[in-house]
Amino acid sequence: MPVVRIPTVLRRHTDGEAKLSVTGGTVREVFDELVAAHPGLEDQLFEDGDLRGFVNVFVEDEDIRFISGLDTPVEPDDEVAIMPAVAGGAVS
Amino acid sequence: MRFEDVSQAIGNTPLVGLPHLSPPGSRIYLKLEGDNPTGSVKDRVARSLIEQAEKHGQLAPGQRILEPTSGNTGIALAALCRVKGYPLTCVMPANTSEERKQLLTMFGAELVYSPAEEGSNGSVRVARELAEADPDVHMPFQYGNPANPLAHYETTAPEIIADLPDVAAFVAGLGTGGTVTGAGRRLKEWNPDVKVFAAEPEYGDLVYGLRNLDEGYVPEVLDLDVLDSRIKVDSRKALTMTRRLADEEGIFAGVSTGASLAVAVRVCARLPEGSSIVALSPDGGWKYLSTGAYAPGDVDEIADRIAGTLWA
Repeated sequence: MPVVRIPTVLRRHTDGEAKLSVTGGTVREVFDELVAAHPGLEDQLFEDGDLRGFVNVFVEDEDIRFISGLDTPVEPDDEVAIMPAVAGGAVS
Repeated sequence: MRFEDVSQAIGNTPLVGLPHLSPPGSRIYLKLEGDNPTGSVKDRVARSLIEQAEKHGQLAPGQRILEPTSGNTGIALAALCRVKGYPLTCVMPANTSEERKQLLTMFGAELVYSPAEEGSNGSVRVARELAEADPDVHMPFQYGNPANPLAHYETTAPEIIADLPDVAAFVAGLGTGGTVTGAGRRLKEWNPDVKVFAAEPEYGDLVYGLRNLDEGYVPEVLDLDVLDSRIKVDSRKALTMTRRLADEEGIFAGVSTGASLAVAVRVCARLPEGSSIVALSPDGGWKYLSTGAYAPGDVDEIADRIAGTLWA
């Protein structure tokens, strides 16, 4: 099953879980199942059925906005990472 | 080359081939921005921010400049402000490294710290509050100022085109988005077939420092339409490639360079046989020695230990 990585800021909606295994052949299917199990995520991830602007989603490290968006295919051993958009530069 | 002051010695950095790290059938070149006067690509941006503000009448002689910066931009601005006669205040996270604090202080900048746990978003917030409270300061704000991508449109990309006219792809890290947007746009005007890839650093959890996603931020200067893809790189991969760069090519660079190089190696397979790829190296490794990034030991362990303080 694909693994979804949850950023710290969203873990209060996943009972603190950082990684969740979810079935689905596209990002949309994966997220639908994710939201069904953790309804608090819906408003965090979606706005009017689309991904929110401050959410970046990567399948195997590639930003889905440059593949097929929510229809981007997900293979069974793929990693889907949800990452917040932040200003660049480090704390170092 | 002779220059009358340091501001004129910015740019015209070397483009250096990587014969050992380039996958077979591809040629990767690194543009070594660490060769700029204060040691980073941000010299170009700082000069553009100041000169555009002067040109548009936004900056009076002797007026204080205020900018949120995690390091390189501040150091570049501080040096230029010295020769151009502007006082400077830099807003940065409290856990900024000693090297940077000392460099900035030596260049005469005033330092204001934002909460470490808010990361660079916190610096942006604090700087905006300070600028609103004091109408006498000028905040160039590199995240939203077209002078930032303009620096790369007018200098970085033309240098690449002059040195490597058959460039097929360009890779740079995503911070403000100025490099990929400005250089990428110019390269695509030169040849629409040029591919532009952004390396998105996957910071340690600490860096995100958000209480909710609404505190996220997409820099205004970033134009996603210029990008062909955005690929994230974690600390371990970036550090591994940075150390290989020293070990195999004799180039000592910061960890952001390793991230862009990892993306360059990854995308070679998508380009025609014989393609030339340029990855931008924003700075050398000197400022990061104290992080332990280059210390002997297991790369995975080092990456885990310093994931929160690694990136530039």
